Amino acid sequence: MDPVLLSRIQFGLTISFHYIFPPLSIGLGVILVLMEALYLKTRNPLFQQMTRFWVRIFGLTFALGVATGVVMEFQFGTNWATYSRFVGDVFGSALAAEGIFAFFLESGFLAILLFGWDKVSPRVHMLSTCMVALGAHFSAIWIIVANSWMQTPAGYHVVQSALRSRAEVVDFWAVVFNPSTMVRLTHTVLGAWQAAAFLVLSVSAFYLLKRRHVEFARTSMKIGLIVAVVASLGSLVTGDVSGRVVGRYQPAKLAAMEGHFPASAPAGMYLFGWVSEAEQRVTGISVPGMLSFLVHGDTTKPVTGLTAFPPQDRPPVNPVFQAFHVMVGVGTILIGLSLLGAFLWWRGSLFEARWLLWIYVFAVLGPQAANQLGWFTAEVGRQPWIVYGLMRTAAGVSPSVTTGHVVASLVLFTLIYLALFVLFIYLLDQKIRHGPLADDLEVAYHRR
Amino acid sequence: MTMALDLHVIWFGLVGILLTGYAILDGFDLGVGALHLLTRKDEHRRLMINAIGPVWDGNEVWLVTGGGALFAAFPEVYATVFSGFYLAFMLLLCMLIFRAVAIEFRSKLPGRWWRQMWDASFSLASIGCSLLLGVALGNVVWGVPLDAQHEFAGSFLGPLNPYALLVGVTTVALFMMHGAIYVALKTDGELHEIARGWINNTIIFFTVCYGLTTIATLLYVPHMSQHMRDYPVFFAVPVLTMLAVANIPREIHFGRDFLGFLSSGATMVGLMALVAIGIFPNLVLSRPNPELSLTIYNAASSPKTLTIMLIIVAIGVPIVLAYTSSIYYIFRGKVKLDTMSY
Repeated sequence: MDPVLLSRIQFGLTISFHYIFPPLSIGLGVILVLMEALYLKTRNPLFQQMTRFWVRIFGLTFALGVATGVVMEFQFGTNWATYSRFVGDVFGSALAAEGIFAFFLESGFLAILLFGWDKVSPRVHMLSTCMVALGAHFSAIWIIVANSWMQTPAGYHVVQSALRSRAEVVDFWAVVFNPSTMVRLTHTVLGAWQAAAFLVLSVSAFYLLKRRHVEFARTSMKIGLIVAVVASLGSLVTGDVSGRVVGRYQPAKLAAMEGHFPASAPAGMYLFGWVSEAEQRVTGISVPGMLSFLVHGDTTKPVTGLTAFPPQDRPPVNPVFQAFHVMVGVGTILIGLSLLGAFLWWRGSLFEARWLLWIYVFAVLGPQAANQLGWFTAEVGRQPWIVYGLMRTAAGVSPSVTTGHVVASLVLFTLIYLALFVLFIYLLDQKIRHGPLADDLEVAYHRR
Repeated sequence: MTMALDLHVIWFGLVGILLTGYAILDGFDLGVGALHLLTRKDEHRRLMINAIGPVWDGNEVWLVTGGGALFAAFPEVYATVFSGFYLAFMLLLCMLIFRAVAIEFRSKLPGRWWRQMWDASFSLASIGCSLLLGVALGNVVWGVPLDAQHEFAGSFLGPLNPYALLVGVTTVALFMMHGAIYVALKTDGELHEIARGWINNTIIFFTVCYGLTTIATLLYVPHMSQHMRDYPVFFAVPVLTMLAVANIPREIHFGRDFLGFLSSGATMVGLMALVAIGIFPNLVLSRPNPELSLTIYNAASSPKTLTIMLIIVAIGVPIVLAYTSSIYYIFRGKVKLDTMSY
């Protein structure tokens, strides 16, 4: 194996593992703001108990997010040095801005959130919760700006110097608001809200099934359900827009997502299928003309297919196809589950529907899978480019890093992350079994 | 050497300030980690972890932001250093993870071996991180082999030369001293007395290391003192640094732990300033071919990006400093254990 493939595997492994946690922080941030605002409005101690319980879960996901996130900040330099030299002028700014505007905000105010209950007034604590949630969203903004620039580069020019060529900023705002930033940001953030909403649903459903902390669980579930409905429906809308943006700016990726080979022909959309790249054929069930309709609003209009691109410019088709379709399938199920829950809540029978509660306990894995597969679609679909149309992935790797180096670090990260994952699940389980504490009901805020 | 205050020089200063901020802030919590195994009592260990509890991850953000700023302002340095010292950085990253996780997990379960395992992880990882950060700094001062493409051209063990290792050990000593003062500042009673003992010992440890490093630098790395010979006004920096070190035992003796802590922070500012004066305008010195060095000019982003980043810093950093200092103010005073503690 060469350093390129190994570095890709390592980046994929470390980013996938990291990405379990930030969506939970982003989504829980919003949910915590809701819970604490309800407490300040109603002064019902139940909401304070909820806030304190979910802050503890937040603290755990945040700590793992930081621990695994530091790796990401440096991995561009360690494994992708040539890429870093090429894009540093553009891409580095977004990462630095993320540090200055997002990480400081999040980590600073988290201290108050976790440890400041008896040190600040309720308003200052509420402000801190808002700042933490804001920080989490800012970090999503800047990292999506950076990643979207790799997908749909804009606002730059390539400058040739004596040593090498590199991309330099021409228009900062065009870099920030490159064609795919907004839609990818909203789609990602809504996916994050879903992840947290379904975690809340899962834990609440578990308590209801075990008949523990019943009042706590019912109220938590209602808040989780509201966020789940908003996020699930929002994901549908932003996903649709995202498909159109991909079709316009990264046609090879869209063609791979649907296994569409003819250079220019109307395209259908598969419900499921299997792509044979050798035969350029998909076996499965499709809705004819659907992709043409989604992209152009007309079932007969042609969509650019894979054969319009030379073979060396095409992404791997079947992996992208499968990732995309499973994501859409899971997303659809999640919409159904949220709407069903909302309907039963309206009918007043939500908490008696034990079968649905059991589904909710396990549905927490749904948004996690959809989030991972969505990124897989986006990043593998971008191949063979590291910056779409500008630089190939194979050209971005560090020349001074050998196969042995990457094998060593890959083994190290695999072992550590496996251990971390086991610990995370174990501690999450402990916290959930422990449940909300009686202590949490007491007014702990500092009073002046 | 031009001393005109151009964008490149400003960014040299800003990256230096970010890394100094990192050294001062993460320095104390790494130091607390390095001292962790020196007390056997579980209560003391919990107090020490909780003393850094609310702030350690914010401190680590300085490293992340420093890395981001380096990427944005001097992408060639970011690429060369991290790919060149590949395994050392991977090791550093793994130890940072272990440290973070140990803090988070240690007190979650009461079991004895559980806590001892995380205590050892926390402490060894803290020492290891400090050592590697120091070794990295030592290599920047000593110089590393670079080729014409700005790529690292040395061997895997090259960065572990004796000079860099000496700087590494000095960094461990410095962080331990800084951490000991922080423990004294944040605790009272028995642990406070123990911490005062640590302060005395770590000051001696640091002073010896600092002396050796100074001699080694003057003997073997003469380019580091070239600017001081050219501009004798810079001699003020080592003098002030030594005064800051000497002031620490004085403040501690009079029970003014906070002033002692500030004095230790000032020591770090002085040491970083010495490094900055010595290496300017190089960022990574090429050895043995100095003409291949990465400088603030040939390693920098475009003036446009440096300007944009300067605006971002001008907006963001004052806000960061304002709320960070407010948060430190909120958590002032001695640390107490409660239900939300680690």
